[in-house]
Amino acid sequence: MIRHMGVALRMTVVTVVLLGLIYPLAMTGIAQLAFPHQANGSLVMVGGKAVGSELIGQLWTRPQYFQGRPSAAGSKGYDPTATGGTNLGPSSKKLIDATRTTIAALKKANPNATVPIPMDLVTSSASGIDPDISPEAAYYQAPRVAAARRLPLATIDALVARHVQGRELGFLGEPRVNVLQLNLALDALR
Amino acid sequence: MVWLNALVIFALAVACAVPLAAYMEGVFNGSPTPLTPLLSPCENAVYRLCGVDPNEEMPWNRYALAALATTFCGTGLLYAVLRTQYWLPLNPQHFANFSPELAFNTALSFSTTTDWQFYSGENAASYLSQMTGLAWQNFAAGAIGIAAGVAVIRGFARERSGTLGNFWVDFVRALFYVLVPLSVASGLLLVATGVPQNFDPYLTVSNVEGFIQAITGGPMASQEAISLVGGNGGGFVGANTSSPNLNPNGLSNLIEMVAIWVVPAAFPLLFGRMVRNRAAGYALIAAMIAVAAIGAGAAQTAEHAGNPHVHALGIAGGNMEGKEVRFGVPGSGLSLSVASNSGTGASNFAYDSLTPVGGLVALVNMQLGEVVFGGDGSGLYGMLTFAVLTVFIAGLLVGRTPEYLGKKIEGREVQYAMIAALVFPSIILIAVAIAIVLPAGLATLSNGGPHGFTEVLYAFTSVAANNGSAFGGLGPNTFYQVATALVMMGGRFLVMIPTLALAGSLGERPINRLGAGTFRTDNATFVVLLIAVVVLFGALTFLPADSLGPIAEHVLLWQRPPAP
Repeated sequence: MIRHMGVALRMTVVTVVLLGLIYPLAMTGIAQLAFPHQANGSLVMVGGKAVGSELIGQLWTRPQYFQGRPSAAGSKGYDPTATGGTNLGPSSKKLIDATRTTIAALKKANPNATVPIPMDLVTSSASGIDPDISPEAAYYQAPRVAAARRLPLATIDALVARHVQGRELGFLGEPRVNVLQLNLALDALR
Repeated sequence: MVWLNALVIFALAVACAVPLAAYMEGVFNGSPTPLTPLLSPCENAVYRLCGVDPNEEMPWNRYALAALATTFCGTGLLYAVLRTQYWLPLNPQHFANFSPELAFNTALSFSTTTDWQFYSGENAASYLSQMTGLAWQNFAAGAIGIAAGVAVIRGFARERSGTLGNFWVDFVRALFYVLVPLSVASGLLLVATGVPQNFDPYLTVSNVEGFIQAITGGPMASQEAISLVGGNGGGFVGANTSSPNLNPNGLSNLIEMVAIWVVPAAFPLLFGRMVRNRAAGYALIAAMIAVAAIGAGAAQTAEHAGNPHVHALGIAGGNMEGKEVRFGVPGSGLSLSVASNSGTGASNFAYDSLTPVGGLVALVNMQLGEVVFGGDGSGLYGMLTFAVLTVFIAGLLVGRTPEYLGKKIEGREVQYAMIAALVFPSIILIAVAIAIVLPAGLATLSNGGPHGFTEVLYAFTSVAANNGSAFGGLGPNTFYQVATALVMMGGRFLVMIPTLALAGSLGERPINRLGAGTFRTDNATFVVLLIAVVVLFGALTFLPADSLGPIAEHVLLWQRPPAP
C-alpha cells in the first residue's frame, strides 16, 4: 500500500502538469489560431464595440425591440454569471402563478397580435440565457414592434423571416430567431 | 424528425465505437497502434518518472488498492486546490476559496466521476481550479473507470491466471491513448461550433437599451470535451450543457451526445473482442440499445404531451419549461436519454422542470444500475454482474450448472455479483429514508409534495449511480454535502471492488469448451433474459419509492383540475 501511495502521488503530479496545464493551454493555442471568433465568445460588434455575444441572450424591455423568454438567471434575468432555470416542477403553484402573470403581461403589451402566444414565450429556459425565440414568438411580437416603430407590419414580418435560422444540416436542432441579431437589424432599418 | 435524430445518434455512437473498440483492444493488449510511435515515448517517460514497472502483473486486490490510492491522491489534490484558489494564479474574477464541506463534496464528486455540483462554476471556480482541479480529475477518474473495466474483462478472458493486469499501465494508456485523443478531437470540434476557449476575464458589455451584462469566458471547450468522453459530466457553468456557451447549436448537441456515448458503447464490443466471442459483446450492446430505446420513447411522449396546468391557461404545446429553443422538446428529450443512460448526466435541459414521466425515465435509467451504456468502464462491469446473475438464474430455472463464456459460475462468483448488485439500491433507499425524516433533509427542497420527494430520491440515486445529474431545486446544506459525498463513494467503490473480486475469481477458473448442454449467452434468448433481469431487479427494488414520487405526481397532475 505504501509503495502504491508513492506511485500514486508521483502519477498525480505528472498528470496534472500534462493534462491539467499543458492540455488546456495547447487547446487554447490551437483554438485561438484556428477559430478566434468562436474561441473568444462569438462577440457581436457594433461600431468597433462589443454589445453582446451571439450565444448569450439579453434582457429587452422597450416595445420597439423583440423580447426574449422569461429568465431565471440572476435577480433581473439573463445574468451569465448565474445560469440556470426556475427548477420548478410542473405541478408547482409558483410556476403556474408566474405563467399566469407572464401571459397577462404579454396580452397587455401585444394587443394587436395576430397569432396565439407560443409556449416558449411563457416558459423560462434551462440556462436563463437562451439567445433565441421560436419564429412563432417573433411573429407574435411583430405587430407591437411595427406599431412602436411606425413601420408596416409586412416590413417587420419580412425581417423576421430573413432572420429565421433553420436546423443545422437540415435535421439538427429547431428553427429559431436570435433576438440580439434581430434587434440590431431592426435598428439598421432606419 | 426526432426519430431521425435518435437514429443518427445511436448509429453514429456505434459507428465510432466499432473502430474505437478495435483500437482499445490493441492499446490494452500492448500491441502497436497507429498512435504508438507518437505516444510511447511519453508513456515510458511517465513510467520512469513515477517508478512504475510496466511488466508487473497484479492480482485483483492489489489492482483495486492501486485504483484506491490514485483516487485518494486525486481527491486530496482537488480538495487542496479548491480550498486555496483565491491565493493561486489564474483567478481573474477573484473567486473566494471553497468552504470545507463544499470542497469535500466537490472533490469526491469529481474523483468518483459523479460530478454532482453544489456550486456554479461561472461564479465560484477559478480557471486554475477548473483546469488543474476539475478537468484534470475528469481525466483521472475516467481513466480509473476504463482501467477497472479492462481488468474485469481480463478476468473473463484469462484462464488459470491469478492476475488482472497492471493498474498503472492501464491507467496511463487509458489517459494518453484513449481520453486525450478523443478530448482533443471533440474539444476542437466544439470550438468550431462556438464553444469558447480562452483565459480572458469576463467582458462587461452594454446593449442599446443600456442592459449591462458580463460575458463569461474561460477554457470551456477543453473541459467540456473531457467531461463528456470521460463519463463525468461536470459543467464549466451551472447550467451545464444547456448553456449556449457549452452547447451553441444542433451540431454541437450531436457532437456532445456522441462524445458521451462513444466510450461506454465501445466497451461491450471491446469485451467481445477480448473474450474472443464477438457475439457475446453484440448481445450486451443489443440489450443496452433496447432498454435505452424504450426509455427514449416514453420520455419523448411525456414531454410532448406537456403540462396540463399550462394548457389550461390557453397556451398549447409541449413542456418547454427548463428547455432551450434551439433544441426544443425533441432535442431535450433525446438529451435526457443519452445523459441518464451514461455516467455524465450532462443534459441540455433542467431536470427539475421535466414532466413527472420524463423525470421518471431519467430516474429509472439510473436505478437500473447505470448499466445501459453507463460510465466509462463502469457501465460494462455493472452489466457483467447482471450477466453473471442472469446465467445463474437461468441455470436454476433449467437445472444446469451455470456457465458464462465457458466459465463455471459458482457460489463465490454469485456472492460477489450479489454484493455489487445489492449495495447500490441499499445505499440509495437508506439514504433517502434518513433524509426525509431529518429536518435538514427537507430544509432545502424547492418544491413540495411528491415532487419534493422526487428531488431527494433523484439526488441519492444520481450520486450512487455516479451520474451526477440533479433536480436543481435541491439546495446545498451541510447534510446534503456530506451525505451525498458518502453515497458517491459507496456507489463507486462498493460496486467496483466486488466486481474486481468477481473477475479475479473468474480469472482463476479454466475455460470449458462449449457443449451441447451449454446455455448460450450470445443469442436473442440471452438478450431477452438479461433485459428481464436488469429491469425486474431495478423495477422491483425501486417501485415503492418511485410510486411516492414521480408516479404520484403524474396521477395528481393529470387528474386534479388546476388551482383557480
